[in-house]
Amino acid sequence: MTRPIIKTETKNLEIPVADGEGDRYSLRMGPQHPATHGVLRVDLELDGETIVACTPQVGYLHRGFEKLAENKTYTQTLILTDRLDYIAAMANNVGYCVAVERLLGISVPPRAQYIRTMVAEMSRLCSHLLWLATHALDIGAMTVFLYCFREREVLLDLFEELCGARLTFSYPRIGGVRQDVTTRFIDELQRFLDIFPGRIDEYETLIDTNRIWLKRTVGVGKVTGEEALALGLTGACLRGSGVDYDLRKHQPYDAYGLVDFEVPLGSDGDIYARYRCRMEEMHQSARIIQQCIDQLPPGPIIGPDAPDLVMPNKAPARLEAGTNAYGTGLIKLIRDRDPYLAGDVYVATEVPKGELGFYFIADGNNRPYRMHIRSPSFIHIGALAALAKGELIADLIANIGSLDVVLGESDR
Amino acid sequence: MESMAIADRLRAEFPDEILHSYLNQGQAAVVVRSGRIVDILRWLRTTETIHMDHLRSLCGVDNARRRGPGLARFEVVYNLYSIALRHEIRVRAEVEDKEPAIDSVVELWASANWMERETYDLFGIRFNNHPDLRRVLLPEDWVGHPLRKDYPLKGKVEWSGMTELLEKTKNLDRFGFKPDGQATPKEDDQ
Repeated sequence: MTRPIIKTETKNLEIPVADGEGDRYSLRMGPQHPATHGVLRVDLELDGETIVACTPQVGYLHRGFEKLAENKTYTQTLILTDRLDYIAAMANNVGYCVAVERLLGISVPPRAQYIRTMVAEMSRLCSHLLWLATHALDIGAMTVFLYCFREREVLLDLFEELCGARLTFSYPRIGGVRQDVTTRFIDELQRFLDIFPGRIDEYETLIDTNRIWLKRTVGVGKVTGEEALALGLTGACLRGSGVDYDLRKHQPYDAYGLVDFEVPLGSDGDIYARYRCRMEEMHQSARIIQQCIDQLPPGPIIGPDAPDLVMPNKAPARLEAGTNAYGTGLIKLIRDRDPYLAGDVYVATEVPKGELGFYFIADGNNRPYRMHIRSPSFIHIGALAALAKGELIADLIANIGSLDVVLGESDR
Repeated sequence: MESMAIADRLRAEFPDEILHSYLNQGQAAVVVRSGRIVDILRWLRTTETIHMDHLRSLCGVDNARRRGPGLARFEVVYNLYSIALRHEIRVRAEVEDKEPAIDSVVELWASANWMERETYDLFGIRFNNHPDLRRVLLPEDWVGHPLRKDYPLKGKVEWSGMTELLEKTKNLDRFGFKPDGQATPKEDDQ
C-alpha cells in the first residue's frame, strides 16, 4: 500500500508580537539568525530578558538520509554521511565505515587504520577551530575568528592534497581508504604540527583570561554530570561536567588503541569548562596525529574482503567497459559482493561533536534494511531547553555555541 | 560484565517479558514485550552491577519486509551503555501493528524526549505519558510517517505547505527593488 501525500487544511500560524501589555512576551529567534549556526529556530517565552520557556524547532534541513540509505547500497550511502556534519565530514565518513565493517565483518589493514585515525583527528581540529572561531564571535571576541581560520585553511589545503576535496571528502572506504598518503602530504602535515601547539597558545592569550570572556562563560549554562548524562550530552559537553566518557578510550576503533593520548576532563560543567576541554582536546589531537605519522606502517591501504566499490589507485586514461586494465572497468566498480551478512549492530565513534552512532539492521541484502543515525547535535539541541531555562537571552547564544551543534547533522 | 550474562540476568528477573536473546558481532540483544518496558529499563538502569546509565540511541524499526520468523510489525530499539562499567546491551521492544504505542521512558532519561518524538514523527509509534509528543523533523501538517516501509520513496503530490510557500514567493515578486534598498510595490498593482 502506498500512502500519497495529500493536501490538508493548513492552519495559519500566529506570530506572537510583543504588545507592551505585561512583561512577558514571545520571541522567535531564527530560523536564520546569524548566531544560531544554521537553520535553527528557537521559540522563546521571555520575562524581560530572562527565558521562561525555550522551544527549539529543527527540521529545516531534513533530507531523509535514513530513508535514502535503505534504498542505496552500503557504499553509495557513504557520500550521504559527508552531508551530516559538514564541518567535520571526514569524522563522519570514518564513523560510517567503522560501523559497516563491524556489521559485515570486514577487516582493515593497519596502514589504513592509521591513516583514518590521522584524518579523523585532522577533522576534529577543523571542527574545533571553526567552533572556537564562531563561538568567540557570538560572544563578542572578534579577533579569534581570523586566527582560527588561518590554521583551518592549512588543514583544508592538506585535505585537498590528500583527496581533492575541501569539505565533502568521502575519502575513507569500507575496508580501508581510497588513496595512499603522499610524502608531500606527510611533510606538510609535519610542518603544520610543528607550529600548531604554539598557535593554540596564541588563541589562549587572546581569550583565556579575558575579563569579558570569563564574565560571559564562567558559571553560565551549568549542568552537573548526572544531568548531562540524563540529557544525553556526549563529547566535550559531557566531559566538561566531569564524566569520563570518550569512545576512543571506551571502545577503541581504528588505531586509537595503539596511540597514547589523554582525555581532558572539566569539573564545573559550565561554558568555560567545555571551552577548556575542547582547547585541551586540540593539543591531544595534535599528539595523536604526530604518533600516527611516526608509527605509520607500510602495507596495503584497503582490505582484501572490502566490497568491490574501490576506485583504482591509478586512473586509467580511458574507462570503457571491458576494455581497460581493470577488467570490466566501471561495471566492476558497482558490482555487489555476495553474500552479505545479516544481523543488527550499533557502532558509535567519537566525532568532534560527541557520540555519532549508527544502528544497522542487515538482512543479507546489499543495502541496509534500516540505518538509524544517532547524531549528537540532535540530542544536544533537545537538551538546549533545559540548559537555557532561567538564564538570560544573551546566554542562550553562548549556550548554543557551547553545545557545538550543526544542523545538517541534527536534521539528517 | 559479559553482554550475554546481562541478558541472562534480565531473563531471570522478567521471565514472562523476555521473548529471546542473541549475540551478533559481540553485541547482545534481547527481544522483549512492550508491556513493562519502563520496568525493564529502570531495572537495567538502577541495578548495582549493571548500571546502564547512558541511553545511546532510541529508534523505531518497521518489520514489514524484514525476513525472519515471528516478528511484530514495529519495534522500538534501545541501545544502552554503562559508562562506569563499560558494557552494553540492546533491548528490542515489540510493538503491534494496530495503533502502535509503547510507554515513554522520559522519566528515566530526559534525552528520550526528542528521540521518542523523532520515532513518533517518522514511524507513527505513540509514546504513552510523553510530555510533549509532537512531530520534530517534519512539518506539523505532514501526512504519513516516512520511515514506514509502505511509505513511497518519492511521492506524487507536493507537500501541502509547498503551494502556500510558492504563493508567498509570487507575492514577493510583486515588489520591485530600488537601488537604495527600499522595497516598493510596482505601479500596476495599485
